Amino acid sequence: MSVGLVLVSHSRALAQGLADVARQMAPSVSIVPAGGTDDGGIGTSFDLISAAIAQADQGDGAILLYDLGSGYLTASTAVEFLDPEQAERVVIVDAPLVQGAVSAAISSQVGGDLRAVVSGALEARRADGPGGVRSLDDLDG
Amino acid sequence: MVCDAATTVAAIRAVAATVAEHRVELTHLDRDIGDGDHGENLSRGFTAVITKLAAGSPETPTAVLKLVATTLISTVGGASGPLFGTAFLRASTSVGAAETLDGTAVAAALTAARDGVVARGKAESGDKTMVDALTPAVNAANAAADGGRGVPEVLSAAADAAADGAVATTPMQARKGRASYLGERSIGHVDPGAQSTAYLLRALAGAAAG
Ligand SMILES: [Mg+2]
Repeated sequence: MSVGLVLVSHSRALAQGLADVARQMAPSVSIVPAGGTDDGGIGTSFDLISAAIAQADQGDGAILLYDLGSGYLTASTAVEFLDPEQAERVVIVDAPLVQGAVSAAISSQVGGDLRAVVSGALEARRADGPGGVRSLDDLDG
Repeated sequence: MVCDAATTVAAIRAVAATVAEHRVELTHLDRDIGDGDHGENLSRGFTAVITKLAAGSPETPTAVLKLVATTLISTVGGASGPLFGTAFLRASTSVGAAETLDGTAVAAALTAARDGVVARGKAESGDKTMVDALTPAVNAANAAADGGRGVPEVLSAAADAAADGAVATTPMQARKGRASYLGERSIGHVDPGAQSTAYLLRALAGAAAG
């Protein structure tokens, strides 16, 4: 078992594509996309997210990452509807979606527990990336 | 007028009709400062509610409100699903097992609904959200209930205050939701969620007035 990931996005294609990317470095982690509305439109779906949590959490817990605010609202509603015992091991993390998913997936792949995977997602925002503008000061300098 | 399960269902039907009537307008408001789906999303949700009510009406106000909540949460697809869904869910919990509701119970349900929205969305007054319609509505409803008013007067006071609250969002700069990405460009537009909240309360008040 390992800690699973639920990727909440307003777009089915975005969530699916991100799952494909994250699985490359974490082939044994349950990474479940939950993008778009029930009929594949732009939006988020309580039912899709709930089903994704059920699939991602195999007992060791799961983290949810999201793209925009209303994704958080739907995700937090879904977590609230879980039975309390499961809700304790399902965590919504405010992290950059793509880099957070890859970083968290690797943390889980190497055997990290729920805390380690949450930490992995959060570290994505601090990780020293390969380059590019990192602040407005860089832009001016 | 007795406010029981049947009148609660009638009030929800009135809300669904209002949402359908204002669908295009709400979507246009959301296009100005959001993602342009508010009217469509709410309309989809309340259409699903009407379908469920047609399949069999719940027998208590709390059950009616819970059916609305879970249906909106499952079908709306935008931020208003969890927000309005949570509002109806908290209202459902607030009214408890009561067969009929008085003004005090309705004011308490509105208060619980607002508290649920705030807990879910973390918005404060002045953030240019539905809270800016809901909080004045809750204050007006509680004042009316404290003055011994019945359900129609409580809801009418809430609807008036929500309408004023929605208008008052126009000069605000959005600090929550998709509109917040627009920064100062969000100024000068009515918040779609505040507007739909005002319409919803107006429909409830109209139904209660008979
Ligand atoms: Mg919208």
